[in-house]
Amino acid sequence: MIDVNASAITVFVALFALVTVLGFVAARWRQGNLDELHEWGLGGRRFGTLVTWFLLGGDLYTAYTFVAVPALVFGAGAIGFFAIPYTVLTYPLVLAVMPRLWSVTRKHGYITAADFVRGRFGSGTLALAIAVTGILATMPYIGLQLVGIQVVLAAMGVQGDLPIVIAFVILAAYTYQSGLRAPALIAVVKDAVIYVTVIAAVVIIPAKLGGYGKIFDAVPPAKLLLTPPKGESLGQYTAYPTMALGSALALFLYPHSMTGVLSSSGRDVIRRNTAMLPAYSFLLALIAALGYMALAAGVDKNPAYAAGFAKYDANFAVPALFLDSFPSWFVGFSFAAIAIGALVPAAIMSIAAANLFTRNVYREYFRPDCSGQEESSVAKMASLVVKFGALAFIVGLPQKYAIQFQLLGGVWILQTLPAIVLGLYTRWPQPKALLAGWASGMGVGTFMAYELHFKSTVYSLPLGPVKVPGYAALWALLVNLAVAGIVTLVLDAVGHPRGRDATLPEDYGPA
Amino acid sequence: MSTENAPTNPRSAPPRARRPPSRLWYGLLAPPFVGLLWVPFYNRIDPRAGSVPFFYWYQFVWIGVSAILTAVVYFATRDVER
Repeated sequence: MIDVNASAITVFVALFALVTVLGFVAARWRQGNLDELHEWGLGGRRFGTLVTWFLLGGDLYTAYTFVAVPALVFGAGAIGFFAIPYTVLTYPLVLAVMPRLWSVTRKHGYITAADFVRGRFGSGTLALAIAVTGILATMPYIGLQLVGIQVVLAAMGVQGDLPIVIAFVILAAYTYQSGLRAPALIAVVKDAVIYVTVIAAVVIIPAKLGGYGKIFDAVPPAKLLLTPPKGESLGQYTAYPTMALGSALALFLYPHSMTGVLSSSGRDVIRRNTAMLPAYSFLLALIAALGYMALAAGVDKNPAYAAGFAKYDANFAVPALFLDSFPSWFVGFSFAAIAIGALVPAAIMSIAAANLFTRNVYREYFRPDCSGQEESSVAKMASLVVKFGALAFIVGLPQKYAIQFQLLGGVWILQTLPAIVLGLYTRWPQPKALLAGWASGMGVGTFMAYELHFKSTVYSLPLGPVKVPGYAALWALLVNLAVAGIVTLVLDAVGHPRGRDATLPEDYGPA
Repeated sequence: MSTENAPTNPRSAPPRARRPPSRLWYGLLAPPFVGLLWVPFYNRIDPRAGSVPFFYWYQFVWIGVSAILTAVVYFATRDVER
């Protein structure tokens, strides 16, 4: 591939070393007893407005986002911009919903969303379904963070699996020791280097390419806009908004975003952050535009990058663009931004999955009266298992499986919406009905993805004479809600009793 | 967001005096959904902003507008929270 570049690698390694030190030092930051799960796994619920802003920003806008969003724009054009409405629409939803979740989890000492479902509906089985869905959706997501690191390492000419294994062992060690405090502290550095990289990119690259006009001119006209309805199909006119809405609804159901929300010190911190987090959406829009800049720069036609494109496909577009446009030391800086951008979410995701396993599988089914210390040590071990599972997956299997699994994860996680979000407002649905709805949604969503050979999640629903292409997760959610509603009506009609509700109406409001 | 646990019983308070801000403010969260989910509004090239086609700058502007609306709702409903 490309020759190993000494100054790029030096800058990269120096930044990586800096965050490693921070990761270990974090254990002593806002010190708490790390032998308690809420201290290790939620940072003691002490993060204020600014730390939460960095943590959630670092958590939601992952390395893979920085690679995959411009890659989609590079390959498919306008449809790739669905990431903009997606991240715009998610925050109003969070403002309306998440303060209620924060209050009830704080009041009852819940660590996970499944804990809440357990308390609200009195059903361990439903909570298990929510927890398992969360873990399944998180695993490939961690794997894709590794893909992000692999791509930039390959772009610097670093060969083999050893560097990525080393990076992950270091990550695993400080996550084990410091818990959620590590990614919270590293997120500050991550955001700083990402902002510098992106702002430099959107200033320097267009100047080199002859301005934004030239960049948009380089985009094939068919890709510049969404495909309008044609014949019997509604084209991208339904695919685009359903992708945006479905993803916006799903984002905060992911365990790692839940963990970010629940670790904040108050509901007002979350509310305030919904007005501040769009700063990252602004950044994401600029990052998406990098896809068009890569097109205009013609990096895919440059023989120097042919090997990278052959191996990583469009995911190589952004690394190639940076190599093409930046001086060597800044290439190292920008690649470190992507790699550090992978570490923060990977750490939070593994912590979130570990919390789910510990609370909703281990304690629920194996050790109902285990101590806080036992909980915390099980979670630490679980975070290691989750990370090395993801590592084995990425090193051992072709990366396309991780990408396909991750697409499926998005479809699955949305199926936890009825139990979690409706549960915050009403106890009307019967737990067995929610379970039936969840199972139907998982089945329908998986079937649709199977029909699409797991390559896409845009499923064309035949609706009378027209075909409506839309996000499979959203179609599955409609089935899920319908089944949950019908089964509730049936169970109520036969007088099936509801479980006990451990929460009170005032638990959901401000303290 | 609920008012059940307001510090004083609303019925004993003088009318209007302690009335919390209306929850109707949350309605301001709806416009971004309309503006961004109805694609025919914006799937066009012209008018361009500088050299940027409408499709792109329209959605870009919504990032700011939505953040402002969210901030307005946050400030307007703060007292309900207390």
